[in-house]
Amino acid sequence: MFPTPIHQRPIVNQYIYKIFLPISLIIWLIPIFGILITSIRGLGDITAGNMWGTPSEFLLFSNLYDVFTNTPMIKYTLNSFKVTIPTMLGAVALSCMTGFALANYKFKTNLIIFFIFIAGNFVPFQILMIPVRDLTFKIGLYNTITGLVLFHVAFQTGFCTLFMRNFIKALPQELIEAARMDGASEFRIFWKIILPLTRPAIAALCVLIFTFIWNDYFWATVLIQGDHAMPITAGLKSLNGQWITAYHLLSTGSIVAAIPPVIMFFLMQKHFIAGLTLGATKG
Amino acid sequence: MELNNPKAKRITWWQKNQIKISPWIFLAPGLIFFSIYVIAPIFVSIGISFYQWDGLSPSIYVGLQNYIELLDDEYFYISLWNNLKWLIFFMLAVPIGLGLAIFLNQIVFGIRLIKSLFFFPFVISQVVIGLIFTWFYQPNYGVIAPFLNFIGLEGFSILANENTATYGIIFAGLYPQIAYCLILYLTGLNNINPEQIEAGRMDGAKGFHLFWNIVLPQLRHATFLAIVVTVIGALRSFDMVAIMTQGGPYGYSNVLAYYMFEQALSEYGYRMGYGSAIATVLFTIMMFYILFFIYRMYRNEREDNN
Repeated sequence: MFPTPIHQRPIVNQYIYKIFLPISLIIWLIPIFGILITSIRGLGDITAGNMWGTPSEFLLFSNLYDVFTNTPMIKYTLNSFKVTIPTMLGAVALSCMTGFALANYKFKTNLIIFFIFIAGNFVPFQILMIPVRDLTFKIGLYNTITGLVLFHVAFQTGFCTLFMRNFIKALPQELIEAARMDGASEFRIFWKIILPLTRPAIAALCVLIFTFIWNDYFWATVLIQGDHAMPITAGLKSLNGQWITAYHLLSTGSIVAAIPPVIMFFLMQKHFIAGLTLGATKG
Repeated sequence: MELNNPKAKRITWWQKNQIKISPWIFLAPGLIFFSIYVIAPIFVSIGISFYQWDGLSPSIYVGLQNYIELLDDEYFYISLWNNLKWLIFFMLAVPIGLGLAIFLNQIVFGIRLIKSLFFFPFVISQVVIGLIFTWFYQPNYGVIAPFLNFIGLEGFSILANENTATYGIIFAGLYPQIAYCLILYLTGLNNINPEQIEAGRMDGAKGFHLFWNIVLPQLRHATFLAIVVTVIGALRSFDMVAIMTQGGPYGYSNVLAYYMFEQALSEYGYRMGYGSAIATVLFTIMMFYILFFIYRMYRNEREDNN
C-alpha cells in the first residue's frame, strides 16, 4: 500500500494525521458550508454583511417556501427530471446495442466506428451548436424537452458506447461461444446472456448520465428559451439575474438544484466511480 | 428482404449470414442517431464557417473571409490567450488531485465518508459552483472581503478586473476538477500492485524515491485519464465563464467556447459564419488531443490482440 499505512507510523504522526484530516475536510468544504449557512439566513443578515457569523434567524423553510412559490423552481426541477431520465434510458439502451456490436463481432470497420464514437464524444460543443440548433428548429422541436432529450441521447451514446464496449469485451467469450454452439440466435445471446451480465455497467452509466445531464447548462441555453421547458441549471442562472443580492434565496435555489445528483452519488457511489474511471475499479 | 426466394431458403440465408448482419442491426440505431446529431454537424459547421449567415436570410459564400477577420480580431486573440491560461493553470488539478489522493489513501475511522465528501464538488453543477464563487469574490460582502481588507485591497473586485478575472474563474473551475482527479487517483492507488511496493521497500526505496520510481509509473492509467479530462475540461470551459463574468470585463475573461456563443447566439448578433469559424479553430485545437487519445487506445487494442 502506498503511502505507508498510518498505523505503522509513530503514534505522534497518527495523531497529527487524525487532526489534519478533519481540518482539511472543513477547508475543502468551505464553499459548501457557505451556501448551507446562507440558505438559512434572512435578508437582514445579508444586508448587514453577516456571512459567517451565527445566523440571526433560522429561515431555511421560509426561504424554501419563497423559492418554490415566487419562482418557477418547481417547474424547472420537473423539467430537469423530464430531460434527465429519458436521456439516461435512451443513451443506455442504444449503447448496450452498439457496445455489444463493437465488442462481440469482428468486421473491418469495427475499430473505425469505435473511434468515431470516442472522437465525437470529446468534440467541443460549439462545433455542433449551430447545426444542432438548426436541425431542432427544422423538425419543430426547438424549445421543447423532446428536442433537448434527442440531442442528449445522441451525444451521450458516444461515451456510453466507449464504456459498454470495453465492459462487454472483458466478459468471458466462452459464454457467447457456448451459446452459439447451442444454436442460440444473436439476439437471444444479446438479450439472455449479455444484458444480464452488463447490469453493473448499466448502473454505472445511469448514475453518470444522470449527473452529466442534470448539470448540463450549455444545451439548455442553446435549445430552450422559455420557462416552460427550462431545466434547473438554466433556470437558476436566469433567477440569478433577478435576485442580484438576494443571496439567501440564491443559496437555497442552488441547494435544491444540487440535491438530486448528490443523492444519486451517495446512493450509487461505487458505480459512479467505476463509470468515471472507465471501469478501472476492481470488484 | 429478398421476396422472391422461397421461405426455406431465406432461413438458411439468414442463418448463414446472421453473424455478418447482426452487428449492423445492433449498431444502426445508435450510429444513425450519433451521425445525425454529432458527426454530421461537425462538417456542417466547418462548411458554415465559409459563409456569412444570420441564421434566417440566405447565406452568402465568403470564402476565407471569416478566418481573415479572425486574424485581425483583438477579442479572438484575448480568448485564445485565455484558453492557453486555462490549459496551463487547469493542469494544477492533476498534481493537487494526486497529492490529495495520497493524503486520503489511509484506513482510519470515517475515511469512506471523508473521501465521499471530498468528491462532492464534482457532482454539483458548474452553474452552482460558479454562483458560489461569484458571491465569494464580491468585493464588499463576499467571503474574501475581510482578506482583501487585510492585505489592503479594500473593495477590489477580482472578476471585474481585466488582469484577474480569468484567474478567478479558473480557480473556481479547479474546485470540481481537483475532485475529479482525486477520484481517478484514489482508484489508481487502490489498484496498485502491493508486492511491487513491498519489493521496493525491501530494496530500501523510501518516500519520494519510492513514489517517483515505483508508484507513479503504476498510476500511468490514472494520470493519462486525468490529463485528458482536464485538457478537455479546460477547452470546454463555458459554464463558468457564462455564469461568472459572461466574458467581461470587455471580453478580457472570454474563452473561445464562450466567444463563439456570443458571436453566434447572443444579443451581440447572430453571426453564424463567424461563430462557426471560431468553433472550427477550437475544434482543431481539440482534435490534437482527441487524436492523441485515440492513438493510445489504438496501441492498447493492438497490445490486447497480440
